[in-house]
Amino acid sequence: MYSALWRILPGPWWVRLIIVLVLLAAVLYGLMFWVFPWVSPMISPGDVSIEPTPTAT
Amino acid sequence: MTDAPRAAARRARRGGRPRRRATVVSVLGELLLTAGVVVLLYAAWQMWVGDIIMSAAANDEGQQISQAWEKAPAPALPPVIDDGNGADSAHPRYEPPVMTPPENGVPWGAQMHVPRWGSDYNVQIAGGVTRPETLDHGWIGVYPTSGMPGQPGNFTMAAHRTTWGKPFNQLDRLHLNDAIVIETEQGWYTYRFRTLEYVTPDSVDVLNPVPQETDVAGGRYITLTACSPLYSLAERIVAYGVFESFQPRALGAPESLKAVS
Repeated sequence: MYSALWRILPGPWWVRLIIVLVLLAAVLYGLMFWVFPWVSPMISPGDVSIEPTPTAT
Repeated sequence: MTDAPRAAARRARRGGRPRRRATVVSVLGELLLTAGVVVLLYAAWQMWVGDIIMSAAANDEGQQISQAWEKAPAPALPPVIDDGNGADSAHPRYEPPVMTPPENGVPWGAQMHVPRWGSDYNVQIAGGVTRPETLDHGWIGVYPTSGMPGQPGNFTMAAHRTTWGKPFNQLDRLHLNDAIVIETEQGWYTYRFRTLEYVTPDSVDVLNPVPQETDVAGGRYITLTACSPLYSLAERIVAYGVFESFQPRALGAPESLKAVS
């Protein structure tokens, strides 16, 4: 799968390497700023308020 | 020369290994490896990177609001408290303006500064203490039963101690008499930290007008709650403070905002 990606990228190896690094950076940015903040409320507990009956999260 | 050695020679020139076809198993394996890396990245984000991103953004927003208030013409001075020295004493004490209770999930036009937590600490306060509406925005939430800043009673708030910018992460690092300052367009309400307590999550008495007391009134308190231990829901950490004074905006930032060592 990743070897196929490497093969379809154009240019000599160092151009491909730069393209791969840029793609990686874009994926990382998307995860850190969009995907993870969206996922977090669904899976992470963290109730901090005090309530008459404890909420189960 | 036959075809096969020629192909092998071409591969040797490229310095590559024989090209292998992707199989279902190899694609599945790569997907699983990728998933593992993403899960590790998520853990790093949850415990570390996300808080850096979100607390910096929260402090930035607070800073912008503070600067806008600073540029606007200062509101008129509130009445001076007559403490028996006459209204023209050298150090007049001003009546703290009464704020209207915040709406659920809406920033209140008030920010918290705690010099102990850094001179750039400047986090917005909003109404309500539910996670999706208030706390998961990285804001500090005001309990619906809360008293108002500077007024008799208990000004009660909650915020995350871990994750979501963790506004109350350092709640257990406060020293006796540390300033907890609430900034509004009108000025600064200064509270002084007194003590910590660890309670069960249903200990609603900490939110009473006089914390942990019933059928008693008087005194102006602040109560900050967050989860405890870190990354757990088993208990709550509670910080109490007492009201000191109100500084009108026209007189500039109060002494209590000075950096502490």
